[in-house]
Amino acid sequence: MIWLDTLVQGILLGGLYALFAAGLSLVFGIMRLVNLAHGDMIVFAAFAILLITQTLGLHPFLAALIAAPVMFALGWALQRFVLNRVLGKDILPPLLVTFGLSVALQNGLLQGFSADSQRLAAGPLESASVDLGLVTVGWMPLLTFATAIAVIVGLNQIFYRTALGRAFRATSDDPVTASLMGIAPKGVFALATGLAMVVVTIAALYLGMRSNFDPSIGPARLIYAFEAVIIGGLGSLWGTLAGGVIIGVAQTFGAAINPEWQILAGHLAFLVVLLLRPRGLFPRAVD
Amino acid sequence: MILETRALTAAYGQFRALFGVDITLAAGETVAIIGANGAGKSTLLRSITGVLRNAPDMVLHRGEPIGALPPEIVMRRGIAMVPEGRKLFPSLSVEENLLIGGQVRRAPGPWSLAAIYDLFPILQAKRLAPGTSLSGGQQQMVAIGRALMSNPEVLLCDEISLGLAPVVIRDIYAALPAIKSTGTAVIVVEQDIARALSVADRVYCMMEGRVTLTAPAQGVTRAEIHQAYFGGAA
Ligand SMILES: Nc1ncnc2c1ncn2[C@@H]1O[C@H](COP(=O)(O)OP(=O)(O)OP(=O)(O)O)[C@@H](O)[C@H]1O
Ligand SMILES: [Mg+2]
Repeated sequence: MIWLDTLVQGILLGGLYALFAAGLSLVFGIMRLVNLAHGDMIVFAAFAILLITQTLGLHPFLAALIAAPVMFALGWALQRFVLNRVLGKDILPPLLVTFGLSVALQNGLLQGFSADSQRLAAGPLESASVDLGLVTVGWMPLLTFATAIAVIVGLNQIFYRTALGRAFRATSDDPVTASLMGIAPKGVFALATGLAMVVVTIAALYLGMRSNFDPSIGPARLIYAFEAVIIGGLGSLWGTLAGGVIIGVAQTFGAAINPEWQILAGHLAFLVVLLLRPRGLFPRAVD
Repeated sequence: MILETRALTAAYGQFRALFGVDITLAAGETVAIIGANGAGKSTLLRSITGVLRNAPDMVLHRGEPIGALPPEIVMRRGIAMVPEGRKLFPSLSVEENLLIGGQVRRAPGPWSLAAIYDLFPILQAKRLAPGTSLSGGQQQMVAIGRALMSNPEVLLCDEISLGLAPVVIRDIYAALPAIKSTGTAVIVVEQDIARALSVADRVYCMMEGRVTLTAPAQGVTRAEIHQAYFGGAA
């Protein structure tokens, strides 16, 4: 039953990667913007939660509740005042800006918090586990996975059931025609990035409770997020979860064979999927 | 005047497409704008809606300068557009395409989902289908319905007959009297001259970025139109 255990751990780990990826997928899906600072934003949010837990003495979950609206506002402002100015036919300027932002965030965090490893203390939850009969799983991985599903369901509800989601999809399809409907595309983009930063805060919460983090780990989180998004097919949130799960499972099996192979196995799985399905598992019909 | 352009000159980068266009639209009036390919008809509508920005006082809405406003603001003033090529949103169902037309601005008025389905009953049956899965004529109905959902005071229609079979064009034009009767002022841009004249009060003919003829729709002669359309003698 070792392999079953490995499989379940891998699937649950995929939930964390899906959380990393959901915000990236959201922003890319709506405005075709590849945010190279996404991983660093997750780390930034993790430090924000840490700061709130330390200064107010709150549990990380409560701290994240405070951090989320702040991150929304920061994301909104970033899009409104910086990224909207560089969005256009040429994809290079936004790439450069987010790359610069990535470097700036890493160095800013290094200045503010030093290179020391940090962790969000979640109390007894960290080590609690539940016996599911065939396998025993930790509460934390289970909660992470459930949260990933809840985030995706929630985002899909927003996308397909609300007026805001309608505006998101219309603007993504055709910003000029959307503006003829009275929708300001740049305002929609700002809301989308704000929403993505809320998802980033949730990802940061689980990242920080499950593992150590320091200012330098953002780019690696970005890679996992990228791989999950691309495996799933650009713009499909359920595909992103599937992509996260594939990387997670590959990593746990790789690690089961040889602990040094964990990271490599994830990247290999990504390459294999890309070879077999260059457009990902669930590509959007219109692109 | 509900809408007016004054010495409107519009350009795509270095390329000048309009050379001092003056048109007027009175409340409740229907005006046809005809002209050959590339005459500048769509450019004129893009300038009115703000997709192309110009000097503020080149376009006036109720006497106020709107030439430099972005499209989302122009639309909220009650100027709705049925764009050339229909431009339905592929990710949205038929009903969502209609709803989004009235999402930001919904003035009080006769148009609602139910009223649009009354006008184009076929859309009700297809309401959950993706907008772009419909036939060309049905897509045009959605595009018109989408623009009406805001209860606009000015409706701009860019070649609503484009690429459609004559019977379908007839069905679509059959809806125009109902739209006009609600008091909405309409500009129809058309290449189908007879069709345009049949619904319009007045007609402008454009050629190479200029207005070459202004006339009442009833009473204008073929020779006059031919002269304005092609520049040569009839
Ligand atoms: N996006 C654009 N960039 C550059 N030039 C353009 C653009 N759109 C139109 N033009 C040019 O502007 C001129 C006017 O075009 P416009 O589309 O307004 O004509 P039109 O009267 O609507 O023609 P049609 O009946 O074919 O729709 C043409 O010479 C066209 O080539
Ligand atoms: Mg045109």
